[in-house]
Amino acid sequence: MAAIQGRLMPPLVVLETVLQALTAGLLMGGIYGLMCVGLGLIFGVMRVINFAQGEFLMLGMYATLYGVTWGGLGPRFGPYVGPVVGAVVGGVLLYVAGIGLHRMLLARVTGMRVAGTEGEGHYPQLVVTLGLSLILSNGGLIVFSSMPQTLRTPLSASAWEVGPLVGQDVSLFLNKARVVACVVSLLVALALYGFITRSHLGKTLRAAADNPEAATYMGIDVASAHRVAFGLGVAVTAVAGGLVATYYPFQPYVGLEFVIIMYAGVVLGGMGSIVGAFWGGLTIGLVQQLSTLVVPTQLQNAAIFVVFLLIVFLRPQGLFGRHVERT
Amino acid sequence: METRWGLSLATIAGGAVLYLLGAVWVHNQYYQLILTLVPIWAVMGLAWNVFSGYSGLVSFGHAAFFGLGAYTVSLLMVTWGLTPWIGLPVGMLVGMAAGALIGWPTFRLRGHYFALAMLAYPLALLYVFEWLGYQEVVLPMQRDAPARYMQFSDQRSYVVLALALLVSALLVCLRLACSRFGLALTAIKQNELAAEAAGVDTWRWKMQAIMVSGALAAAAGGFYAVVVLVVTPQAVFGMLTSAQALIVTLFGGVATVWGPVIGAVMLIPLAEVLHAELGNKIPGIQGVVFGCAIVLVILLAPEGLGPMLRDKLGRGGRQTGSRAGVERIADHGLAPPSTREASAHVILDIAGLSCAFGGLHAVQAVSLHVRQGEVLGIIGPNGAGKTTLFNLINGFTPPDQGRIVFEGRDVIGLKPHQICRLGVGRTFQVVRAFPRMTVLQNVTVGAFGVEADDQAAFAGGRVVLARVGLAPLADVLASGLTHLELRLMELARALASRPKLLLLDEPLAGLGHQEVEYMLTVIGSLAATGLTIVMIEHTMRAMVRLVDRFVVLDHGSVLAQGTPEAVTRDPKVIEAYLGHRWMHAQH
Repeated sequence: MAAIQGRLMPPLVVLETVLQALTAGLLMGGIYGLMCVGLGLIFGVMRVINFAQGEFLMLGMYATLYGVTWGGLGPRFGPYVGPVVGAVVGGVLLYVAGIGLHRMLLARVTGMRVAGTEGEGHYPQLVVTLGLSLILSNGGLIVFSSMPQTLRTPLSASAWEVGPLVGQDVSLFLNKARVVACVVSLLVALALYGFITRSHLGKTLRAAADNPEAATYMGIDVASAHRVAFGLGVAVTAVAGGLVATYYPFQPYVGLEFVIIMYAGVVLGGMGSIVGAFWGGLTIGLVQQLSTLVVPTQLQNAAIFVVFLLIVFLRPQGLFGRHVERT
Repeated sequence: METRWGLSLATIAGGAVLYLLGAVWVHNQYYQLILTLVPIWAVMGLAWNVFSGYSGLVSFGHAAFFGLGAYTVSLLMVTWGLTPWIGLPVGMLVGMAAGALIGWPTFRLRGHYFALAMLAYPLALLYVFEWLGYQEVVLPMQRDAPARYMQFSDQRSYVVLALALLVSALLVCLRLACSRFGLALTAIKQNELAAEAAGVDTWRWKMQAIMVSGALAAAAGGFYAVVVLVVTPQAVFGMLTSAQALIVTLFGGVATVWGPVIGAVMLIPLAEVLHAELGNKIPGIQGVVFGCAIVLVILLAPEGLGPMLRDKLGRGGRQTGSRAGVERIADHGLAPPSTREASAHVILDIAGLSCAFGGLHAVQAVSLHVRQGEVLGIIGPNGAGKTTLFNLINGFTPPDQGRIVFEGRDVIGLKPHQICRLGVGRTFQVVRAFPRMTVLQNVTVGAFGVEADDQAAFAGGRVVLARVGLAPLADVLASGLTHLELRLMELARALASRPKLLLLDEPLAGLGHQEVEYMLTVIGSLAATGLTIVMIEHTMRAMVRLVDRFVVLDHGSVLAQGTPEAVTRDPKVIEAYLGHRWMHAQH
């Protein structure tokens, strides 16, 4: 194999390609990880598969875009910090929106009121989140138009050069926008982890996730815990969306592209595990980028699904999850 | 059942005629296309419903079958010039095969994992078909032989064909829903373990359902290709295709034959007309309206529009007021154990059986045997391994070591439904009912394993209901039963599979004093017919009057066994129950 490749490509070029794919995978994966944490948080606490998660990501992208351009965040904070502030502001806005949506819509089909009903209320949950996804993506089409948008900053087109690493030739180019996005997403993920594990509210969320009934008897308001979890999950994914927007063109239907990646990442990490969701997202990013080395680019996403299915079959509880399904 | 079948046939015929009469008057080509798309999506909804609606295994991936059908028809026509008349059946075979190939590995997963794994199949296929270069397959025009290639100049011909497809699909679904197919799948949906233990081959039923479903979805997809003439991976494998199947079904009413039809008739024209009328000015309006419609329906009528209308119209409404209770079977007094003939024939022989969960040895080197015709009581404190022992015998849990021989046959490695069919019936510590089915249906599920004919199975169900005194409650939903009635129903379900050995897991738990007496009467009457019974209880008190022999389990091992008198005097048993200190106080 190496011999054949070596004849086609000089070994150093192969090394450089591999290293470039690896870093691209890590940079992508860092943000996928954050997206997955949002979905994983909602699933982990509420046991609901949120079909509209991709749309919240999309809304995060537009919130960042308009925050930077119209909201004046761009001129005030500059190209490095402006989009990041935009993404965080978008996250806050969507937290509020998520709280409202939960109160109006999701609370009616989730939580304690459906525990013990047929199929634990899965069908109504599916339809409500699917409907929400349709409303938001098509509503987005009406409001934002189908024209692809980009949040171009000077960072999008510039890169840091790392190296030369080996000899004179092998060096890595790190797109600045991607590096900033990845670093910020790591920080947000860490902050959320700290919040969930340390704070009182975080412990409440975990108790409500672990055993809603027992949590109720301990005086925990499960409905409000669900609301916070939904708002946070939506907000975190929206922040990830705002970060992606700095280097990825988007339109109102963009959610569909990412929601699949989120599902794959969450299942990979083990449904219900928030740390697992992050590693799952990171793995998906790596698989996606590294697969380009061996399979045609068009099959890059098919590769994700193959890995996804393999893991689901070999380790249904996910890479980091424990077996939660009771018999 | 016969009248329901007749009524449904009349509704189908009437509906089809009305639809055709309506279609004749439509001359606008676009409306004709809508009239064609409605039956196609109704068939797609039916396909989804046959599998996911009845079995409860939610599939997000039915676009895989739809797309395979569409591509089979179009590629056969493009490459070999084969007409859709051949392409459609071939596509259905492909869909059926795909169902088997997808179901075979994926049925190992449950709940959300199953749903999400199904999502991966159509999307992987989408990228594979793009990569293969089928971004856009156009069906070649065959103007010289329109009928032979399904390319009619009069759009109304498509309406007729689509309707014919829908009627056939409806007939198939109706047939299935009225047969044991529908009942077995509903049982699986409501309590898979109970269904398996009652002798339902859950894996086989799910497999058949996904194959039928795959074939139907492929037919819808194949015909869709014929109608729209252009097939793209995004249109047929995309997530919206899967979502649409699910939406029309849930909108109209899941697990009802008519649900998908109602959903498609209402939603598809709505979306299409909105798209046509307002699509230019307000792009995406149909999606918004679509989304609002389904959200509203679910909030206002969570079971879908069909069941809501039925309830509103008063048919199938829940009966209110007083209902019959248990018709107590005659109490001939408990036959004292000594009158029974315990033959020397060993029906169940267990040797060296062990099972550990992680570090916990739930069952350790248990050896015991059950003789034909005896009533054996298994007692022991909480966590002694009693239920685990039952789970090992009926195949829920594979043992780590040991031997279980039933009627001379080693049953280790057999699935629970196979063991049930060999003649081991069981009940559960916490009743596992199928709450949304009637008492008779609950019990009849147990009879499917021994009766090939559906009518005979229902008759068998009635017989066992009478044996436990539940005959007056045959048509009541199981969710409306009292605790005693539920326990009796579960017992009847186990009896319906005509067991040679009955495993009863705490049949007296949670019953009041009088109810205990009645349950003992029923069990005693069964024992009097010569049925071999193994029964778990915490306490000996009630059981002493019934059992021939006790086995005492403690910490997973057999502590003592023998006649009730011997066991109650055994110091080890007293210690296990009452503790060490009690023993010393006695001396």
